[in-house]
Amino acid sequence: MAKEPVAVVGIGQTKHVAARRDVSLAGLVREAAVRALADAELTWADVEAVVIGKAPDFFEGVMMPELYLADALGAVGKPMLRVHTAGSVGGSTALVAANLVAARVHRTVLTLAFEKQSESNAMWGLSLPVPFQQPLLAGAGGFFAPHVRAYMRRTGAPDTIGSLVAYKDRRNALRNPYAHLHEHDITLEKVQASPMLWDPIRYSETCPSSDGACAMILTDRAGAARAPRPAAWVHGGAMRSEPTLFAGKDFVSPRAGSDCAADVYRQAGITDPRRQIDAVEMYVPFSWYEPMWLENLGFAAEGEGWKLTEAGVTELGGDLPVNPSGGVLSTNPIGASGMIRFAEAALQVRGEAGEHQVDGARRALGHAYGGGAQFFAMWLVGAEPPV
Amino acid sequence: MSAPGRDVAIVAFAQSGHRRRTDDLSEVEMVMPVLHEVLRQTGLKTSDIDFTCSGSSDYLAGRAFSFTMTLDGVGAWPPISESHVETDGAWALYEAWVKLLTGEADTALVYSYGKSSPGPVRDVLTRQLDPYYLAPLWPDSVALAALQAQALIDAGATDEAALAAIAARSRADAAANPYAQVTGARPQGDHVVAPLRTGDCPPIGDGAAAVILAAGDRARDLCARPAWVRGMDHRVEAHSLGVRDLTDSPSTRLAAERAGFFERPVDTAELHAPFTSQEVVLTKALGLGDDVRINPSGGALAANPLMAAGLIRLGEAAAGIHRGDSDRALAHATSGPCLQQNLVAVLEGDPRG
Repeated sequence: MAKEPVAVVGIGQTKHVAARRDVSLAGLVREAAVRALADAELTWADVEAVVIGKAPDFFEGVMMPELYLADALGAVGKPMLRVHTAGSVGGSTALVAANLVAARVHRTVLTLAFEKQSESNAMWGLSLPVPFQQPLLAGAGGFFAPHVRAYMRRTGAPDTIGSLVAYKDRRNALRNPYAHLHEHDITLEKVQASPMLWDPIRYSETCPSSDGACAMILTDRAGAARAPRPAAWVHGGAMRSEPTLFAGKDFVSPRAGSDCAADVYRQAGITDPRRQIDAVEMYVPFSWYEPMWLENLGFAAEGEGWKLTEAGVTELGGDLPVNPSGGVLSTNPIGASGMIRFAEAALQVRGEAGEHQVDGARRALGHAYGGGAQFFAMWLVGAEPPV
Repeated sequence: MSAPGRDVAIVAFAQSGHRRRTDDLSEVEMVMPVLHEVLRQTGLKTSDIDFTCSGSSDYLAGRAFSFTMTLDGVGAWPPISESHVETDGAWALYEAWVKLLTGEADTALVYSYGKSSPGPVRDVLTRQLDPYYLAPLWPDSVALAALQAQALIDAGATDEAALAAIAARSRADAAANPYAQVTGARPQGDHVVAPLRTGDCPPIGDGAAAVILAAGDRARDLCARPAWVRGMDHRVEAHSLGVRDLTDSPSTRLAAERAGFFERPVDTAELHAPFTSQEVVLTKALGLGDDVRINPSGGALAANPLMAAGLIRLGEAAAGIHRGDSDRALAHATSGPCLQQNLVAVLEGDPRG
C-alpha cells in the first residue's frame, strides 16, 4: 500500500524578536498554532495529534516542556509527541508529523517548534562542562569557525564571500514581516566593518538569539482538497546522522548532509537540483555556511559554491534564491529555525510568501542541521501533488 | 490506530542490569552492551538497520544535546537515518513504529537510557512542572504521587495494606528478573510522604534498554515468535493536577481503546507504574481482572531507570511472547507527573502449532 500524500495547508509564525516578555511559553506557542489553524481555516477539533520540537530544554529551564504545553496546544485527550534532534529539530519534527499522515495513523496533524531564548542564555546552555568530553568551545561560533577556515583554505574562496551572504540575507529579511532583524540601514560596508568574533566570522555574519515559534498543519489528500488556499505537497523528506567527532569526519561537507539530500532528491525525482529546484531555505547560522551547503547539497561542484554566491545566483532575484526569508542569519529561535526553513519552503510553492516570494516557485527545498554538523533533516515540497 | 497497514513486530529486547549508581560508566558505556545484545539476538549489523530512534533527557545528563554523544555508541558511520525523542524510549518506539508503517523502513533500532543517580532526582523532576506557577514551589515527584495515592484512599479505591501487597508482589516477582534492582522480601518501610512508604516508591537507578522492530516477513526471519504490534496509541492529559481526576486515567483508557486492547483479553500487562498507587489507577482504568498477570518482571517498583522504564515495559511484554509465556499482552508507558501522558501497545504472538 503506497504512502498517503502529505500536504501543508496551514502555516503560522510569531513575529520573531529578541525577547517576548509579553507572553509565557504557552502564549508564544499558541500564537503560532492559532495562526496556522487560521491559515488552514480549521479549528482545534480538526487536529488529531500534535508533534512538537525544540532544542535543549536548558534553554528555557523547563524539563520536557511539552507536558506543560499540552493545554495551550489543544492536545489534551490527543497524542502529543516531542522530538529533539539538536539544531535540526524543527525539520525532524515536521518529518515525524508528516510520517503520521503518510502512514495513515492520523489525517490532520499540528506540528510546532519553538524557542524562547530570552528565558536563559544559549551560550551557557551549550557550554556546560562534562568530564572527558570536549566542551563546545564558547558556544556554536567557536565550534564552527575552524571549519569555515578549512573551507576557505580548501576552495580558495576570497574572504569577502561571508559578508555578501550576510548582506543578502539581512536585506531579504526586510521583506519578511516575521523576521527578527530588520536592519533598514544595512550596507555591505557595515557588515564588513562589524567586529570579528571567531575569526573569520564577524558579528554581522552570525545569527541573532530569538524568541519565536513556527507551526504547520499537515493533512492528507482529502484534507488538501478542502483547504481554502493552495497546498504545498511533500515530495521527499529524510533525516541523516553521523557521530560528532571522529577521524574520518569531513566537517566542511559532512557525508550525512549529502546523503540526506541524495535521499530526498531520489524520492522527489530530482536529478539536477540546480535546475529543478526554484528556491532553497537553507540552515545558515553563520554566513559562510551558504557556500559550504551549496556544495554539500549538490547545487554546486566541490569548491564552486562560493562562486554562485559571488555571482549573485543566490540573491532573491537570482537564478537560485537562497533564504528569501532572510534565513537563520536574520531569525534564530533555535528549536524553531529548522521548521521555519521547512515552512518558508512551503510558503514559496504555495505562492504565499508575500514580498519575499520567488516568482513562479514550483519546487523548494527546506534544510536543517544540528549538533556538530552531524544531524540533518530536509524536505522538498512542490506546488503539485506527487505523482 | 487499530488497523495498521503493515505488520510490525518487536523481534529483540535487551536491558542493562539496573543499579543505584553507575559512576564508573558513561552513558555510551551503559548503552553499548544493550545495543550489541539486540543486534546479536537478530544477527543484524548496524548497517542493516533502516531507522534508529532513541529516548533520553538532557536534564538527567546535566547537559544540553547529551544524546549527541550517546549516538557514538551506535556506530553511526556511514551516516544513518536517525531521530530522538526527549522523553521515555517508549515514544521513540512509537516514532519508529510509524516510520515502519510508512513502508520507508523494514527494520528499526530503538534505545533509551537514563542515569538518575548523579542528581537529586526528586528535585530534578520538579523542573518538568509548569514553570511559572508550580515549579517555583519545588513540589517533588514523591509528594505529587502521594497526593494521588491519598485521593485514591479517600475515594475508597485502595488502602495502605493493599498498596503494601502490590509492593510485596512486585518484589517477589522481581526475584526471577536478573536485571531488577530491588528484589525479594523487604520491609514496606516508613512513610516517605504519607500515605506512601518506601516500598510504595520506585528505586532510584541507572539503566538502558534497546529493542529491534521489523516489518512483515523480515520479522519472521529475525525471530522465531515475533511480538506483533497489533496497535499502539498514546494520549496526554491536562498538566495542572487541579483539573484532573487523579483517581482515574482516561488517557490510558483511550490509548488502550485505540490500540485495540478491549477487542480481546490479554494474559499479561506490563504497566509503567513507578508507585504502587499508580498501579491501582491503571488497573482500574483498564478494567484488568485477576486473570491478567501484572508486571511479572517486577515492574518499575523493582527497577525504574528514568526514560528507559517505559521502553522496558514494551520489551518485557515482547520478551514474554518471544519465550512463549504469553500470547497477547498489554504494554504501558507513562510520562509526566501523576500519569499525565500514557502510551499503550497491544502485542501478540502467532498461534502456536
